[in-house]
Amino acid sequence: MGRRLDPTVKVKRGPGRKARKQKGAETELSKFLVDDDGPKKLSSRARKRAVKRTQVTKEPKQEETAKKGFSDENSEWLKPAQRKRKIEQCEEDEDSDSQWEEDDDDDVIEGLDHKGMEEEEDDDDDDEDMVDDYGADEGGEQDSDGEELLPIEKAAKKQKKQASMKPESDDDDDDDDDDDKEEEQDDLKKDDDGEEEEDTVQANFHESEQFKLPAAAERAKEGLLLMDLQTIHQRIKDNVDVLSHFSEKREEGKERSEYLSLLRSDLCTYYSYNDFLISKLMDLFPLSELIDFLEANEIHRPVTIRTNTLKTRRRDLAQALINRGVNLDPLGKWSKVGLVIYDSSVPIGATPEYLAGQYMLQGASSFLPVMALSPQEGESVLDMSAAPGGKTTYMAQLMRNTGMIVANDANADRLKSVVGNIHRLGVTNAVICNYDGRQFPKVMGGFDRVLLDAPCSGTGVISKDPAVKTSKDEADILRSAHLQKELILSAIDSVNADSSSGGYLVYCTCSIMVEENEWVVDYALKKRNVKLVPTGLDFGKEGFTRFKERRFHPSLKLSRRFYPHSHNMDGFFVAKLKKLSNTIPTAPKNTENEVESTKMETAASSKQIQKPESKEQKPASTPAKSNMGKNQKLKQKKSEPPTKKAGVESQNKKADGPKKAKIAKLDGEASKKVEKPDKKQKVKEQNGDSTKGVEEEEKKKGSQFKKKNKSKKRNLRMKRMGKNKFKKLKKMLGQQESGQ
Amino acid sequence: MRPLTDEETKTMFEKLSKYIGENIKLLIDRPDGTYCFRLHNDRVYYMSEKILKLATNISRDKLVSVGTCFGKFTKTLKFRLHITALDFLAPYAKFKVWVKPGSEQSFLYGNHVMKSGLGRITENTSQYQGVVVYSMSDVPLGFGVAAKTTQECRKVDPMSIVVFHQADIGEYIRSEDTLT
Repeated sequence: MGRRLDPTVKVKRGPGRKARKQKGAETELSKFLVDDDGPKKLSSRARKRAVKRTQVTKEPKQEETAKKGFSDENSEWLKPAQRKRKIEQCEEDEDSDSQWEEDDDDDVIEGLDHKGMEEEEDDDDDDEDMVDDYGADEGGEQDSDGEELLPIEKAAKKQKKQASMKPESDDDDDDDDDDDKEEEQDDLKKDDDGEEEEDTVQANFHESEQFKLPAAAERAKEGLLLMDLQTIHQRIKDNVDVLSHFSEKREEGKERSEYLSLLRSDLCTYYSYNDFLISKLMDLFPLSELIDFLEANEIHRPVTIRTNTLKTRRRDLAQALINRGVNLDPLGKWSKVGLVIYDSSVPIGATPEYLAGQYMLQGASSFLPVMALSPQEGESVLDMSAAPGGKTTYMAQLMRNTGMIVANDANADRLKSVVGNIHRLGVTNAVICNYDGRQFPKVMGGFDRVLLDAPCSGTGVISKDPAVKTSKDEADILRSAHLQKELILSAIDSVNADSSSGGYLVYCTCSIMVEENEWVVDYALKKRNVKLVPTGLDFGKEGFTRFKERRFHPSLKLSRRFYPHSHNMDGFFVAKLKKLSNTIPTAPKNTENEVESTKMETAASSKQIQKPESKEQKPASTPAKSNMGKNQKLKQKKSEPPTKKAGVESQNKKADGPKKAKIAKLDGEASKKVEKPDKKQKVKEQNGDSTKGVEEEEKKKGSQFKKKNKSKKRNLRMKRMGKNKFKKLKKMLGQQESGQ
Repeated sequence: MRPLTDEETKTMFEKLSKYIGENIKLLIDRPDGTYCFRLHNDRVYYMSEKILKLATNISRDKLVSVGTCFGKFTKTLKFRLHITALDFLAPYAKFKVWVKPGSEQSFLYGNHVMKSGLGRITENTSQYQGVVVYSMSDVPLGFGVAAKTTQECRKVDPMSIVVFHQADIGEYIRSEDTLT
């Protein structure tokens, strides 16, 4: 063993490591420091900064003038780049989830000193004007992005900022100066320009002021030449700039479409997308947003985790993870269980806390549909596309392991991960099965709530899977849309509308395509008795109510869209639907009248599904008819298109008394012949008219639409009818029309 | 899905009682309802009666898991307890072992616990007694079998095994496929 330390014997020691530093700073600084702010007490960092400031002022004036303001005649209209960039950066940060990024910036700005807070901020501003900001802000931004940007991305980012600033300075240009003067000044700038990044505003003026569209021949050549990415990127910037100020900046004789086609091909090359996807994105986003979106898809979204409140609390988990060396922050005001991970010295998917089931790795956008659905304790919930189980387990924790969850997925391999996650997180109220979602109402129905996270093309998660950029085309999107439509109908049929606490369905996808989102929900609105309700998510863009040539129901604006570039989470779409009644309306409106009377197929146009549906409808609807009728009538008065069917339906149901007897009779008779239904239909309508006057109003509404369809149907049936029957029909129709 | 036969029930309860003793009845009669064990594809699942009712609607070949899987019966009808049962064993465990932070990782990789990694152990642990393994922060890590009695553990040298590893939570990553 070594020599024991004897406290009684004090060995004399010289100044230690730190002692020297502290003393040294004071003495050294006193040599340089000119005490400008005399009475003000500066902290040590502030003092050091002051020193550096004085040092910098001694450096050649050229740099200063180049940065701080231009001493030549351009000083009025040409502003230094830096300040704006700082503002731009702040704005950008605020756009994305600002909670933790603001904190980051604050940390960077305020540093570790607590004394002279205000002084330091003043110092910082001064610093940024004159001196390089030591990469502090950029570093902060990089951290908040979650990983370091590649040099090309850094450059792209800066150029993007410059480009967005350029219109501001350009506007000034156009107002004040002639082209000649600008070119002169460009030359001057060239001489002055020793800097690279800071003065990109000036750098942009080096290139031709006017963005010249290359002729077709040139573009063909380019294909062979392999243009350098930087040039393409610059061209994209300029092109976007021209397109946003088209009337001012266009070249004579060149059409907008030419600029657009050049932009499209450049974007395809630069970001490696296929043409189809770029065209779709150009339709979805305005040009400035498009660039942001494409850039956001190049980088990963921050890693987020969700605390499992069945086993721990967020605060305790955060503490435990920090002790392991993980750098994290709460996800945002909108979530009480989310945490975002900036960096970690241990693999975040393998910590003992993870294995003990205290948290789950989950994307921020996946929290949203479950928050929208908000399952209550004791309910029965279905998750139709559950793998890998993040949303299922979130629902279980919201329900506190009460009630029942059925987690279903069509893919048996992916179900293993669901099993693993459910057991790991300690969920006990789950049943896991392997059905195709479309079979669901047959297996089990009557759930209080259903979550459908439909399989989609994945255009919102390009950052996770870049293969989507080139592999998706029209057929893929339409195939997904078709599947999603089938699934959403099955999901709606699995909800029990009469549930005391529920009757909700949440439909969500990780895609941004209108064909997979709004179109599917609109289809559901037409086909079933459902309506859209607010999702409860107060952020996010509203869904589209119209897009290109399609028109959707106005309530579609209650759905929400999320984008990587504006919300810093994967692209997502969430819509919450409430089921109004358990009955299924038959699809073509002209056959709705016959539902009551017959149980058979009518014309070729009616779908095969109707038969079992109408059968279902009869027994289902008879008990609850009085209630339904009234409810539907009320709802009808509120909103229009979805209740077109409801209106007709209620009408059908209302004329029950006299009809019922008829139905009983007619069922016996008219089992085979097709003509009879038509006749009954007319008879019934008339009865309906005469007996219940209230209906007339509704009937009129419905009948406007019925008329057209009726004529089609009638034509088909005409072919089969006998002469006498036909005459009778004609008579009745005549009566009806005159009656209306 | 079928209820367990008497034989199977006996085998399983014997195994369970090694870890939790006579607290087994606490598993069945719970304040929030009756729970039961059912057998499906040679695996034993523990679920409440409400879930049982709804799970019977699902056809046998499509059902993957119900409630919590406790373990499975091997081909020779021995019962093997899985890590997924840990949540139910841990609160009722009679004999516990605490592991030092340094050797937590080793246990999570599937190694046995050595004397050098032993933090605490309940008194009167007999040899080959089923124990539940915890970390020093009282997080259950898995379960095993005591290789030595408490008295012996004090005397024995630091490199000898004190707890035989049987299951640990690292298996959620290592053998995700075999959970079901």
